[in-house]
Amino acid sequence: MSVSTVLWALVAVVGVPLALSAYLFAVEGALKLAGGRARARLRPWLWLAPAAILLVVFLIYPAVNTAVLSFFNATSTQPVGFANYRYIFTDPAMLVVLRNNLVWLVVFTLVTVTVGLLIAVLSDRVRYEGAVKAVVFLPMAISFVAAGVIWKFMYQFQPAGTTQVGTINAILTAISPGFKPQAWLFNKSQNNWALIIVGIWMWVGFAMVILSAGLKGISESVLEAARIDGAREGQVFFRIILPLMRSTLTVVATTLVISVLKIFDVVYVMTNGALDTEVIANRMYKEMFNYQNFGRASAFAVILLVAIIPVMILNIKRFGRSGS
Amino acid sequence: MSVTMTMAGRRPRGGLLAARLGARGLLHLVLVVVGLVWLLPSVGLFISSLRPANLISSTGWWRAFATPFQFTLENYAHVLGQANMGRSFLNSLLIAIPATVMPLLVAAFAAYTFAWIPFRGRTTLFLVVVGLLVVPLQVTLIPVLRLFNGLGITGSFPAVWVAHTAYGLPFSIYLLRNFIGELPGEMMESAGLDGATHAQIFFGLVLPTSVPALASLAIFQFMWVWNDLLVALIYLGGTPQVAPMTVTISNLVNSYGGGWEYLTAAAFISMLLPLVVFFSLQQYFVRGILAGSVKG
Repeated sequence: MSVSTVLWALVAVVGVPLALSAYLFAVEGALKLAGGRARARLRPWLWLAPAAILLVVFLIYPAVNTAVLSFFNATSTQPVGFANYRYIFTDPAMLVVLRNNLVWLVVFTLVTVTVGLLIAVLSDRVRYEGAVKAVVFLPMAISFVAAGVIWKFMYQFQPAGTTQVGTINAILTAISPGFKPQAWLFNKSQNNWALIIVGIWMWVGFAMVILSAGLKGISESVLEAARIDGAREGQVFFRIILPLMRSTLTVVATTLVISVLKIFDVVYVMTNGALDTEVIANRMYKEMFNYQNFGRASAFAVILLVAIIPVMILNIKRFGRSGS
Repeated sequence: MSVTMTMAGRRPRGGLLAARLGARGLLHLVLVVVGLVWLLPSVGLFISSLRPANLISSTGWWRAFATPFQFTLENYAHVLGQANMGRSFLNSLLIAIPATVMPLLVAAFAAYTFAWIPFRGRTTLFLVVVGLLVVPLQVTLIPVLRLFNGLGITGSFPAVWVAHTAYGLPFSIYLLRNFIGELPGEMMESAGLDGATHAQIFFGLVLPTSVPALASLAIFQFMWVWNDLLVALIYLGGTPQVAPMTVTISNLVNSYGGGWEYLTAAAFISMLLPLVVFFSLQQYFVRGILAGSVKG
């Protein structure tokens, strides 16, 4: 650890806020000199400038640039039209990548929302609710890398007949004597599901916390009234609770969709895309660093962006309605 | 659940109580299983990290509770000393702390402007920020990497700080605008009538009242950066001198293959700080997550 690195970190932590404050007072000082109209017109832009510059340089311009690069060759020197996209949408190996993302999208989102809702509703009825929720939420605090290690350990496999060290194979062989231990991350019929389970394990806590907050927002008297009218618990859930929570469910589902589309860490750490477990974000990383093909890498990134645009529009519309 | 309840309703009175108890029992059973499923994987990791290498690979972690007890700190000593985890822990701190502090004021300026300084195009611009919330980082990686290469700062901490600052901005602005926008208008107006400038209102009134929101935001950003793999991987590369823990561990996974005694210890070290933050500041963390999604 060089001293200068620590020093730089200190400069960043103390110096950046100081410099920003100084900038703001300088702006206000300069605006005093300007005329009334110019002042009102200039102020918002000067206040927004630091954020605007960062957003343009690191998000907006790069996004546009990437879109352009996706129509160029590996070294970004020659335009190739739609060749990169044609490759992604016709090459058999790439179709597996797209298929995997689609499976992740559907299964991960549906299961996470359902299990999160179930835990929120069930734990609402017991006194140790806080403890259950804390335990389920815990994985949200750790990294996907750590979760990857945890679950690689859970999925360990030893040949049948030997001692199973992996928790899952050990439990299954103990419960049913005829069970043959499985190499969960290697069998092509199971490995994607094994990875998706890790994602679900990490994100259910998120869905549960938000759905639980929505659930608490439903007035108890509405539910009481329904029960007095003779509604059974199942009816109360499907006819009253579920419809009232529709907007919360949408919020949770869209957030999950956004995160699952760019799923990367868990695949990178656990299989690195081997044996048909590749996903878009991991493949894009490989195109960048292993194959140096910046055209294809860009095309993958653009596909992610395009897939997310409907969610983006939905968000903007929703905010436009409620916000202003 | 609902099925049992439904059947309970049709039974004669005598069976009702039994069915109720059965449903209650099932409820507790389900919740206990849920608790175990979510806790056991992490517990297994932690216990294994304290076991000698030969035992980890020959018996399941649950056998650690059988006599004779055999626990060791050897694995931790090894990863901290020789597997670069000590250095990586410091690197993670040196990356995460500045990357948490830097976006706060930048976002607060923008949030205040969007909430309290009227100008033409304000709503449109804010909707752009809302749109940027969901832009996948992947779409920025190549141009930003080229920019950093051009400036010669790829592989240095400042590059990652700035990148994390920018990437964190849409969420930060969004969260803070929601909070600052709900401050009472009379408070702002009376301050304005007293002749306070926007800078004075911002630093004297808005920032101090926004401390809870800023705290939620800081915790959220810190956890995000601490747990990040992709940004570090791309802009820092895998050099041990600068690698944060996530990068070091993923390298360990690839090179060690079955070296579970080191992997488990390394993974647990990386979880330590998030777990402390989680248990001590859970409310702020949850509030950040709620603010980010429910309010939309």
